[in-house]
Amino acid sequence: MRIMDNGSGIPAPQVPLAFGQFLFGSKYRLRQARGTFGLGGTMAILYGQITTNKSVHVVSSTGISKVYEYKLMIDIQRNRPVILDRRVRINKKTKKKRWHGTVVEFHLEGDYYRAMPKILDYIKQTAIVNPYANITFVDPKGRLYKFNRTTEKMPPPPKETLPHPHGVDVETIQRIVRITRSRNVLDFMKEHFHRVGDRGAQQFLKFAEIDEKIDPKRLRPNEIVKLVQAMKSFNDFLPPDASCLSPLGEDLLRAGILKELEPQFVAVSQRKPSTYSGHPFIVETAIAFGGKVPSRGDIALYRFANKIPLMYDESGDVSWRIVRSISWRRYGVIPGMPVAVLVHICSTKIPYKTVGKEIIADRPEVSREIINGIREVARQLKRYLSRREHVEKQVRRLSIFSKYLTKIAEFSAKLGGLQTLPSMDRLYRRQMVFKDLITSNQYVDSETFDAESYRTVLVYVKNKHESNTVNVRVLGFTSSEWKELKQEVNLGPSSELYEMLRKRVKLVKIQVRSAMMDKPSVVDAFIDGLSE
Amino acid sequence: MSNKTVKRDATERRDVVVKNLEQLGRTFCEQIDSGVFPWVAMKSRSTDNIFYSPELRQYVLGGKTIKRSSRIIRHVRPFTQMVWTAYFVDGLLKERKTSTLRDVYYSAQAYDVSFKDQAESDSIIVDLETVIGYPREGFNVFPEERSAVFGDLTIEYTVPGYEGRRLNLTSHPDGMMIGPALTNARLVETGADKVIVIEKGAIFTRFIEERVYEKFNAVLTYTAGQAPRSTRYLIRRLNQELGLPVYVFSDGDPWGMHIAMVIISGSANAAHVRELATPDAKWSGVWASDILSYKLPSDKLTDRDTKRLQELKRDPRYKDDLWQREIETFMKIKRKCELEAFSRYGLTHIVDKYLPERLEEMGD
Repeated sequence: MRIMDNGSGIPAPQVPLAFGQFLFGSKYRLRQARGTFGLGGTMAILYGQITTNKSVHVVSSTGISKVYEYKLMIDIQRNRPVILDRRVRINKKTKKKRWHGTVVEFHLEGDYYRAMPKILDYIKQTAIVNPYANITFVDPKGRLYKFNRTTEKMPPPPKETLPHPHGVDVETIQRIVRITRSRNVLDFMKEHFHRVGDRGAQQFLKFAEIDEKIDPKRLRPNEIVKLVQAMKSFNDFLPPDASCLSPLGEDLLRAGILKELEPQFVAVSQRKPSTYSGHPFIVETAIAFGGKVPSRGDIALYRFANKIPLMYDESGDVSWRIVRSISWRRYGVIPGMPVAVLVHICSTKIPYKTVGKEIIADRPEVSREIINGIREVARQLKRYLSRREHVEKQVRRLSIFSKYLTKIAEFSAKLGGLQTLPSMDRLYRRQMVFKDLITSNQYVDSETFDAESYRTVLVYVKNKHESNTVNVRVLGFTSSEWKELKQEVNLGPSSELYEMLRKRVKLVKIQVRSAMMDKPSVVDAFIDGLSE
Repeated sequence: MSNKTVKRDATERRDVVVKNLEQLGRTFCEQIDSGVFPWVAMKSRSTDNIFYSPELRQYVLGGKTIKRSSRIIRHVRPFTQMVWTAYFVDGLLKERKTSTLRDVYYSAQAYDVSFKDQAESDSIIVDLETVIGYPREGFNVFPEERSAVFGDLTIEYTVPGYEGRRLNLTSHPDGMMIGPALTNARLVETGADKVIVIEKGAIFTRFIEERVYEKFNAVLTYTAGQAPRSTRYLIRRLNQELGLPVYVFSDGDPWGMHIAMVIISGSANAAHVRELATPDAKWSGVWASDILSYKLPSDKLTDRDTKRLQELKRDPRYKDDLWQREIETFMKIKRKCELEAFSRYGLTHIVDKYLPERLEEMGD
């Protein structure tokens, strides 16, 4: 297996420890990160070593003039890296830039064919929450899977933060005591904990009945336990702030879903930051309908923690319980509909239920945010579905009227012995307003449609191009000016749009343009009016 | 009624129907031109608008009208089907062709106004009858024929290719099928002095074999169960145009009674059309009392039979003494029998004994 990224790289001295030793990178400071203890990568390498007894090959550079290469094995008994080979190469400039990133290559034994569906799912879901990343995967059979970025925007990286007193345990305090330079507990509190100031520290120590002047290194184990208990029960600490968190944000979440699931509808919601046991967290939810969303009997659930897909034991997860407990019919969702719910929780400490780190525990503070987040997006889906149903009904109505009124006119004229057909325009009219229009980067007006005598007006636009997207908007002329009736929307390649106008206007026109520079599309459009 | 009058009536009726149909087409065109969804008013055929008229001795529609408009999405398809049907039958009339209900159903497919099934096309034809005010025979649309007629009756065809040709209805020993040509034919002359209507094919054949038409000087008509409308129309013409009394023989059960009643008073389903009933026709058997007096082999009444008898008892068409008496008797003896039951006493018993007695009893 060979994994390669263009990330920040690992400083050379850290490489052997990062890949050849467990529990590297003790966390005195906190920030939202993918892992917790630094176990995952080393675990994979260890698994490779015990199944194949082969070394791991690591190449990394932080973008400096050198690239470091290591050949490592893990001394399992002593939990230490063994460096078999180390080379330094010159990091050449290409286009005035030097490469940075990391490459890890190792051998392992595994059953790819059995694991394949989960692996592909994992990568696809990773692509959903990393829409700014290009991901390429070549599988053992040589098949290439590509997940291309659709945006260059990235969420701001999380800031490091100190632990909040509500969220620490005895082990953490002991570790901090070992490294602290504070001479007394008052400074110790101010120095090492999140949102604890002078006054707060004084009040707390008074509450805990601990002398401010005690040297923290002289605290005995039972005193440390007492300190931790007091920290948990003291209610006047300021709540943790969320600057240490790096949620995806609504725009990126939407972009990721649009890119991988290509749904007909998507709604996203980011909840306000909240805390549980002194740990800040943010819940992000999304709902997607149609497109590539699978239509199984149940609603598909995608779970993420700190941008990592959670793949296993779905039914034990709090989100699963919540999704099952919602009465979806109230939101217009009926079984068999292609609906997917996405829940992303980010936190400095994800409330995992088990050590396997696959399922989120049912913490009241967390589940409240999840359920409110899902409800929020479900309400938007409901509005979309009922609107869609309404448009579909109108389209059906229109097609029935247009088919049969034509025939009524034809047979009536023949029956009445009339030479000319009666004009149906006042009852129903379809006007082609664009025919094979080639779009440019400027908006082009369609023919105008005289809408005055129609109660129902429907606008149909088809983008006939196979790969280019267009922007579409609909304008209506009221008493004196053209106003936007439908905001600009993207119409993807080979897709169509059917919209019903709600407001009665005198004239209607459509405007289209290419969504991207110099990528013209071909567009057809018509407007239907029905006097009913 | 002289033959000339009859002919003029038939031609006039055709002209009126064609005129009404074409007016309908022009009305729809005017409506469309003026920005109105085409619509038409017609008498409601819902049960609350069907009344029994003692003067006409048949069911008629009351004053309630409904508006059938293409504005309503549910109605636009049936409306189109009705306009197409009007156009189609107008063509039939102009070309002097005829069609059947089944044929109408199939023809529609070529015009992309197809019907879901024949029941749908039949009901559209009923709509058109209601709008135009004439039975479908007036538009040259006939049911698939099964019924037949036999006897000393000379007719003259009016259908294209046969105009003026005459035929005596004794020409074929199986009887002549009552189809469009016969329905539209002129009734020229007859040596018969009565019409005997029979529900069952076996008995109709027996009557021909036994020369009942000679012995009793009768035109024999076979209905094949519930009489088709063209057959009812012919029976009415025999009665009204030629002044022949009509005697109806059907099975001795509530269903047989009703076959006779529909010939006499029409059905509620056809309350929107006239000229189908023969109010002076007489139900002549098999009566419940015949089961007793002729000792006919019989079967037990089923629950369904009994339920039907109770319905008939309340039906205004059955208010006369004979009907009420027979319904009572059926309920009392709880037995029923078929026309064929007379065979118990030999093949000719029904003709030699029962028929003369009954006709004498029923005669004026």
